[in-house]
Amino acid sequence: MKKNNHRESLILALILLIVLAAAIFLDAKLPSYHIAIKVIKKACVYSLVAVSMNLLNGFTGLFSLGQAGFMLLGAYAYAILSIPVAKRAGVYQYFDGGIVKFSLPEIFSGIFGESIGPIVGMLLALLIGGMIAGLVAYLIGLPVLRLRSDYLAIATLGFAEILRALIQWSALGPLTNASNLLQNYPELGGATAYLILIAVFIGMILLLVNSTYGRAFKAIRDDEVAAEAMGINLAHHKRTAFIISSFFAGVGGGMLAMYMGTVQALSFKSTMTYEILLIVVIGGIGSLTGSILTSFLYMASLEWLLRGLDSGKFLGIEAPGVFKNGFRMAVVSVIIMVVVLFFRKGIMGDRELTDLLRRRGRRKGERVE
Amino acid sequence: MQGLLPYIINGISAGGQYALIAIGYTLVYGILRLINFAHGDVFMVAGLIMVYASASMPMYIALPLVIVATALLGFLIERAAYKPLRTAPRMSLMISAIGVSYLIQNLAFYITGGQPQPVTHPIPWISDTISVLGASTKRVTIVTPVLTILLVLALVWLTKKTKVGLAMRAASKDFETAQLMGVKINSVISFTFVIGSALAAVGALLYFTNYPNVAIGSGSMPGLKAFVAAVFGGIGSIPGAVVGAFIIGLCEELIKAVQPTFSDAFTFVILIVVLCVKPTGLFGEQVTDKV
Repeated sequence: MKKNNHRESLILALILLIVLAAAIFLDAKLPSYHIAIKVIKKACVYSLVAVSMNLLNGFTGLFSLGQAGFMLLGAYAYAILSIPVAKRAGVYQYFDGGIVKFSLPEIFSGIFGESIGPIVGMLLALLIGGMIAGLVAYLIGLPVLRLRSDYLAIATLGFAEILRALIQWSALGPLTNASNLLQNYPELGGATAYLILIAVFIGMILLLVNSTYGRAFKAIRDDEVAAEAMGINLAHHKRTAFIISSFFAGVGGGMLAMYMGTVQALSFKSTMTYEILLIVVIGGIGSLTGSILTSFLYMASLEWLLRGLDSGKFLGIEAPGVFKNGFRMAVVSVIIMVVVLFFRKGIMGDRELTDLLRRRGRRKGERVE
Repeated sequence: MQGLLPYIINGISAGGQYALIAIGYTLVYGILRLINFAHGDVFMVAGLIMVYASASMPMYIALPLVIVATALLGFLIERAAYKPLRTAPRMSLMISAIGVSYLIQNLAFYITGGQPQPVTHPIPWISDTISVLGASTKRVTIVTPVLTILLVLALVWLTKKTKVGLAMRAASKDFETAQLMGVKINSVISFTFVIGSALAAVGALLYFTNYPNVAIGSGSMPGLKAFVAAVFGGIGSIPGAVVGAFIIGLCEELIKAVQPTFSDAFTFVILIVVLCVKPTGLFGEQVTDKV
């Protein structure tokens, strides 16, 4: 068994290395605005957020729809903390340059030098975004986590909407720029940086899922009453799952802000949560690798492969009357509905990539016997 | 007081519109225990059909057409997206509802080209401007609460006095036993969706008379608020949904008078307070989970 685990982690590491090498290669060869780079970046962000949602909805069985709200917090924290001081007057033009008069990347470049400093600052801004999301999750969780499945969903959705309204409140304008854009903040790097970041974060989630906490989460999902009878502290574990999931959603939100280049509360609507939920469902509720694979598949087809459906020409068929703006999303959502209705387990069910490898290995072994 | 009057009138009117949507939520939740996330989008589609129909045909054909087409849409959604999941866990049903909502919004985007569709031919009589106690408003704000109450009375009569109403009540009490007693559960559920959607269509006709255009997202906020109203009143209860909707409509407009940013957020604050203090709502029945 131990040997088997060893082999699995070796294969995982190998896959990761290949993907990383590909990303480094693409970063070096292609300009940063190239569609392949953009797809990888966006898919990375969605992978992280989808995995964080899966941790809650798939592993703990808490059906929460507040993801967009926590992403909003992370995105705003990142943007506010890392806009260069010189550019603040322009960004906060209606609020006298805002009340935050420092920029983390600049502070740390003063300490660690120009090459490492900004990176440390940006990472710290991301983590602070995650922590704020986690803290808010703790507060929201106090009343909300006592609710049953569908009430929990609607209450978290409601909280996300409240957060969105709060950010746009003009009294908070000096901090959040109210309903105006936040922009001009730095980006961490190319596709490689995004990949390394999510590899680290998703790795943490993977470790968590395989720990005693992860097993307790799954027990709660499968049968709450039985789990409690086995001595699992329901309130504590639910709260932990909620906070951790929100933390990573916040970090993901910060990365989304980096990717998009501008942040506005308006874009963090419930539709964004729905989109992420549907990615989780297609990947398989309870499968981390499923969520990651689907994020890449979804982004690649949406941003790249199916582009033609919107611009008149697809697979050599020219039909500008049918293939017009929005047809791509219509097709994708029909596919999503087919999966939801007829392939309810999604691509991976609740298995991971390594489970598939293990089964193939076992079958080979049987043949030898 | 004179300054608040327009807000109160608007609040009662908004309450009427929310009530018409909330009934759709409460009926469906009563039977299927499903938050029909697509209901707000059905409402939006009714608005779109109104825009297209009223521009191309006389009003006396267009109005019934809107209601019939929306009812048909509700029926089709139930048959296509919820019926196959009858035995599946509740979470799958909710995911399917979210999927339908996503699908409807994207289809609407494709059909409208992403542009908000202007209401070029508002319904004649009710869109006239009148003055009530010195406050100028459209006639629809006065018509809405009256029409809402008439429709709700008709619906209450339907559920209390007719056979199909009895079947609906039986199904919401106990799904399986009702089936054993010979209630044709599928037709009852379809009927529920038809009624809910038709009422949402009436709500859309009234709502979009007051608005310059119908956008793809215009259904989601009223939909969510109507759902909050249904929870507030006690989900599953028709009078509860109506009372809840009027309270929420009024509060929201009064908040708008003080601090417009928070009129939307306030609704959700109510939701969370209600869920924490009295999850069964004003008129809801206590439900206990059996192990």
